[in-house]
Amino acid sequence: MKKNLGILGLFLVVFIATAFANPDFVNAYNLENLIRRASLYGIIGIGVSLVIITSGIDLSIGSMIGLVGTMLPYLLIEHGASLFTGLLAVVVLSACIGLIHGLLITRLKLQPFVVTLCGLLIYRGSARWMTGDSVQGFKGSYDSLRYLAIGKIPLGNIPGIGEFNLPVPFLLMIGLAIVAAIFLNKTIYGRYLLALGRNEQAARYSGINTDRMVVLAYMLCSLVAGFGGILFALDSNSIQPDNFGSFYELYAIAAAVLGGCSLRGGQGSIFGVVIGAAILPLLRNSINLLGMPTTLEFAIIGVVILAGVIVDEVVKRMAAKRRAALAARQALGG
Amino acid sequence: MPDRPQNTFCILHQLRNRLRPSMTDSPQHPLLEVRDVTKGFPGVIALSRVNLTLGHSEVLALIGENGAGKSTLMKILAGVQEPDSGQLLIDGNPVRIDSVQSAFDHGVALIHQELNLSDNLDVGANIFLGREPKKNGLIDKAKIREDSRDLLARVGLNVSPDTIVERLPIGQQQLVEIARALSVNARVLIMDEPTSSLSAHEAETLFKVVNDLRSKGVSIIYISHRLSEVRELADRVTVFRDGENAGDLGRDEISHDRMVQLMVGRDVSQFYVRKPHSPGEVVLEVKDLVTPANPGHKLNFAIRAGEIVGVAGLVGAGRTETLQVLFGVEPAVAGTIEVSGKTIQIKSPIDAIQAGLALVPEDRKLQGLVLEMAVRTNVGLAGLKRNQKKLGFLNSPQEGACTTEMISKLRIKTPNEQQVVQYLSGGNQQKVVLGKWLSLNPKVLLLDEPTRGIDVGAKQEIYRLMEELAEQGMAILFVSSEMEEILGMSDHTLVMHEGRITGKLSREEISEEAVMQLATGNVREESVA
Repeated sequence: MKKNLGILGLFLVVFIATAFANPDFVNAYNLENLIRRASLYGIIGIGVSLVIITSGIDLSIGSMIGLVGTMLPYLLIEHGASLFTGLLAVVVLSACIGLIHGLLITRLKLQPFVVTLCGLLIYRGSARWMTGDSVQGFKGSYDSLRYLAIGKIPLGNIPGIGEFNLPVPFLLMIGLAIVAAIFLNKTIYGRYLLALGRNEQAARYSGINTDRMVVLAYMLCSLVAGFGGILFALDSNSIQPDNFGSFYELYAIAAAVLGGCSLRGGQGSIFGVVIGAAILPLLRNSINLLGMPTTLEFAIIGVVILAGVIVDEVVKRMAAKRRAALAARQALGG
Repeated sequence: MPDRPQNTFCILHQLRNRLRPSMTDSPQHPLLEVRDVTKGFPGVIALSRVNLTLGHSEVLALIGENGAGKSTLMKILAGVQEPDSGQLLIDGNPVRIDSVQSAFDHGVALIHQELNLSDNLDVGANIFLGREPKKNGLIDKAKIREDSRDLLARVGLNVSPDTIVERLPIGQQQLVEIARALSVNARVLIMDEPTSSLSAHEAETLFKVVNDLRSKGVSIIYISHRLSEVRELADRVTVFRDGENAGDLGRDEISHDRMVQLMVGRDVSQFYVRKPHSPGEVVLEVKDLVTPANPGHKLNFAIRAGEIVGVAGLVGAGRTETLQVLFGVEPAVAGTIEVSGKTIQIKSPIDAIQAGLALVPEDRKLQGLVLEMAVRTNVGLAGLKRNQKKLGFLNSPQEGACTTEMISKLRIKTPNEQQVVQYLSGGNQQKVVLGKWLSLNPKVLLLDEPTRGIDVGAKQEIYRLMEELAEQGMAILFVSSEMEEILGMSDHTLVMHEGRITGKLSREEISEEAVMQLATGNVREESVA
């Protein structure tokens, strides 16, 4: 929790500053949208954090979302597949993709960056080819399914905000976060991932089947990305095969890294990832509401995140220095 | 750690006496003087008002247990760290060494234990790294080549400056590093555990270079845990203990016992605690085992319960590889492994652990521990699966209890069980590795260089523990490059040479000479079936 104070601070600063600068920020409609986006990013961020903890990376998430997001409506609407078949197909596909990533990385010792970069290209190309590059959607049907992404649970009138409805994806994200946090911190498998992410050899010498755990991490990541793809598709209902989900891998990775996952592996907290994932849509929202040019959006997001990371690092160093000086003084005194 | 025949030292001794320059022209001031230097780190005071003097053309050995402050002082001299207080003098003049560059300017160069070479570059590029001679703004390769040849000749290394460093054996890489130090006209060469990864032959070459440098006016501060080396090489010995000066020994006072006594601050007469005892059933039996590293030889041996079997040999004899095959890190090519009379297939460490084997590996930082994790996590790591609760949930109370037990049983010095392992001393880290395995209660304990890089006190505790475990009926197979350890601890000794077992020596038969004979390939026909 202490490790996540920096990111939590950044989140609060941006949140409060925006709220003061533009009262529209805290109206119910805006907050609902923000929470929904943050939750969807949070979901894919949680997935990729499992891979990052093994000191790996998954660059294919955006294209996975594109592929799953086009494939589901394509199967359901254009091919009239049953809901069960459609969902089963995309879930199995996601799992298989993760399995293949994992096997290539553990058996052939290919670098995760290379494997998933190729995945990024392959899945995007497949999605466009499969649909003939035409826009996909659910055409007004499957409303009960779409409830998962766009549904809202009324919470009544909240003073200062108005009639507030809690977006359903928030509950899904919280559910996933709780399961992931328990998996990571309370089960032997989470411990395995953390240990092998830090020192694969030591983990193997301790009788851990490290290859199997790495494959599992990639499968979970792809499954979660597939799940995210379904939600994003249900949310948008207008899915362009050529760009749906593109860049989302970077949002997911940014969320994980902002949330305290080290790209060197062995470190990460699910709570941090959830906050990290919320920062991106929050910044976007702020830029809009504060009347800044939207063309600057990426630049501003980049600068704010970089500044946050720098401050975090500087504070950490100062604290370490202070501790060192204090300890040295005590040692000398004693 | 290479085993070294005693006679090597005799030769070196004569060589050194021949090469040693006359000391009559020694200048007034010592070359280097350290006065009252103090340095603190978080939670510890690494150096407390230490003094050290290095004369001209002198080899000064600096010894002490881990954590005695040797490395800290060397880092201060090399400009990596600055002292909190105290003075450094060169030729009697106070100097400030606040960067590696200023250390170079004062003629001080440090050769790290882990070499600092860019092994993807060639020898010449490494020697002049950061100080490349230039011509028209570009690197002057011809000059690098030419100057490198001279420097390589000075350290007796006969390779082309164009050789890529990673293609050189480790001993030659070290000579490259020495050549680099000479290229900045170092007058003080600091060598931190220079022989820790060298073979016997490479170490000999190094000693010759050291003697040669001394005869040419370079002074050397030689840090080593290997007292036999110190005894033969050093003109003087300075001993640190707990960040303070513990004593100095002149050439004639240097002896193993005196050094150990100063290092640990007490008399260590009963260093090895091995008692003879009667072994039980055969626990581990290896038949015609072929390792991937040495596919041409078959290994046969057996260990009984309560027996400590040492494996001696030179570096490259295939000892570590044998343990790794037994533990499933590298699966065997052929042959059978029996544990308690049952043939088992060992394809991975998982199989080995299942069968009741445990391995304390050679490199504890790389293979033994997850350094960034807590003592408790490391102790619990191998037992996670065995102790898991339903659905794979961690068994935290059990892990905690087990860690507490190991901390007290092995006397691991740690503030608490949550302490991150990398902040522990080498000896305590090794105990954490041991604790990880002992918590599983293995039948066979495989130890690969169990006391490498740990201080004398911790060594003794590990020996005591080995004895204790053997008494309780554990079978222990340990690889060691320290002759004294082999002689002191083993009930039986297997000696290996180039991938095969050249002899088995009982406690009655064993002697340093007998081990060296076998380790260098003189097979005793009667003992090898």
